[in-house]
Amino acid sequence: MYVAVKGGERAIDNAHAWLAEERRGDLAVAELSLAQIREQLRLSVNRVMAEGSLFDPDLAALAIKQARGDLIEAIFLIRAYRTTLPRFGYSYPVDTGRMTCDRRISATFKDAPGGQVLGPTFDYTHRLLDFKLAADGGEVAKATTATAREDDTPHIASMLQAENILQEEPHSDQEPKDITRRPMSFPSDRATRLQALARGDEGFLLGLAYSTQRGYARNHAFVGELRIGRVPVEMEIPELGFSIEIGEVELSECETVNQFKGSKTEPPQFTRGYGLVFGQAERKAIAVALVDRALRWQELGEDNLGAVSQDEEFVLSHCDNIQATGFLEHIKLPHYVDFQAELELVRKLRANSMTDEENEA
Amino acid sequence: MSDYNFAYLDEQTKRMIRRAILKGLAIPGYQVPFASREMPMPYGWGTGGVQVSAATLTPEDTLKVIDQGADDTTNAVSIRKFFENTAGIVTTEETTKASVIQTRHRIPETDLNEDQILVYQVPIPEPLRFLEPRETETRKMHSLQEYGLMHVKLYEDISQHGAIATSYAYPVKVAGRYVMDPSPIPKFDNPKLTMAAIQLFGAGREQRIYALPPYTEVVSLDFDDYPFEASKAAHTCDLCGAEHSYLDEVILDDEGNRMFVCSDTDFCAKRQSAGHKGRLAGEVA
Repeated sequence: MYVAVKGGERAIDNAHAWLAEERRGDLAVAELSLAQIREQLRLSVNRVMAEGSLFDPDLAALAIKQARGDLIEAIFLIRAYRTTLPRFGYSYPVDTGRMTCDRRISATFKDAPGGQVLGPTFDYTHRLLDFKLAADGGEVAKATTATAREDDTPHIASMLQAENILQEEPHSDQEPKDITRRPMSFPSDRATRLQALARGDEGFLLGLAYSTQRGYARNHAFVGELRIGRVPVEMEIPELGFSIEIGEVELSECETVNQFKGSKTEPPQFTRGYGLVFGQAERKAIAVALVDRALRWQELGEDNLGAVSQDEEFVLSHCDNIQATGFLEHIKLPHYVDFQAELELVRKLRANSMTDEENEA
Repeated sequence: MSDYNFAYLDEQTKRMIRRAILKGLAIPGYQVPFASREMPMPYGWGTGGVQVSAATLTPEDTLKVIDQGADDTTNAVSIRKFFENTAGIVTTEETTKASVIQTRHRIPETDLNEDQILVYQVPIPEPLRFLEPRETETRKMHSLQEYGLMHVKLYEDISQHGAIATSYAYPVKVAGRYVMDPSPIPKFDNPKLTMAAIQLFGAGREQRIYALPPYTEVVSLDFDDYPFEASKAAHTCDLCGAEHSYLDEVILDDEGNRMFVCSDTDFCAKRQSAGHKGRLAGEVA
């Protein structure tokens, strides 16, 4: 017999208690510390910082722990926290030319000033499960080190540009729009697009970028340069009247060099795509660069080939995983009022069509 | 939760939202873009309504939250708790005692008065969205009052099904100008959209706010020969016997037996305590 559905509140409390228990798992197994997550799951931490748009490894580690390792859930926690933070101001643009590079490679030149630095990469590892890690892991042999480079590492693009063979980017001191403070509107501009892509879902952008490689708005990309390292963040403090360094952030920056046969307005030259992401996140940085290049078709006088990667409104409206996951999962909420309305309608339409059939018979 | 400002949002953000609300009230039915914040509940779960409520509430307000007409559905409970924790305000389940009512998918059965504000949670604010997916296009259509596509859709429904095949989120025209999505309320509720209370609509993910000032003319789209019909299940409430309230259908057993009950739980409870009885009153808890 029908019992009035009461007790939503108790059900929620009980669900939360069970969730907390599940998060902790088997009590016989030691609890994870935030330091362990921060140090040993660093790439997860990086992804949460990048898509959460907040550079704070400790908070990201906490979010990962609380979210039981569900990174989108962790990103959500960081985003919700981030909104509550007061804004003291905006930093100066970071100068990635001053980056202390852990990794810096170019696929377009065998060598260049600053050199090729592989850094801590999975690239040439053989993907064989290492069962030593399943045991205790043991001591990790100390990697050899070289003397740090003191000079700035120049961008590869600047060398191509010296020859005028790479399109020069328009320079602007205009303040970019803050997408967390202004509603998105279309058409947007490149700074706004890059901001949205920087916090966009890695998987979504990977798929889009891949589609451009497979011929949907193909823009054959060379990785002109990929660099990962720390850059200082400077900010002008009004009370002081001058700028000071307030800290460092780790960034991945990718600049692609793309073929371009020229258009009505532009001579044949190379063009670029650009991606900049928090932390060591090179897959994402490359994907952003490819999607950025595809989205520039109009500016470069290329044809609209009808590919989704060229469609700014499509890409920007769907790349945010917190928006996407919220709306996708909201269909779990009760919809019985709407469904009842649909039930009545379908019953009525069916009744109509059956009467019609009888009349015809 | 004292670390957070009253009703969670900071005052700057509330001011920004209030400006959008005022603009919405000044242009009834027009979707005002606003810089929606990331809330601690997911997009699609009422973040727009929550932001509008947060910007509307004062410490003296009494809040009621309903989902599907009911105060005890899980998401309504969750949102009510959120405001109890972050605003410390009084909450109620009684429609008549609330000064602000946040709702999802229903308009209460009891008439609202001029001292009340009804806040809707809106998933897709654009009534033309499923006819034209691009925001750049739909905004143009609104500014040119180009609503032909919508009428063609309704006409095609009639020619294919003999009736307009929209049962909820039924489009309306506001004050003779903007076509508006009333949020996914059943079309049974549409006639109530002209009312004494202020109605505010918040869509968080889509970054839009719109509004209906009191007594605004709201017309459900239709044709002279196929007039709009506010339909509901052809039953009475099995608990309180109400004949003119919106009903939920509940499956009782695996033999196809059903019962119908008011979706507005406060309305139904009030009627039952006043002695009204439905078919199954007393038989069920």
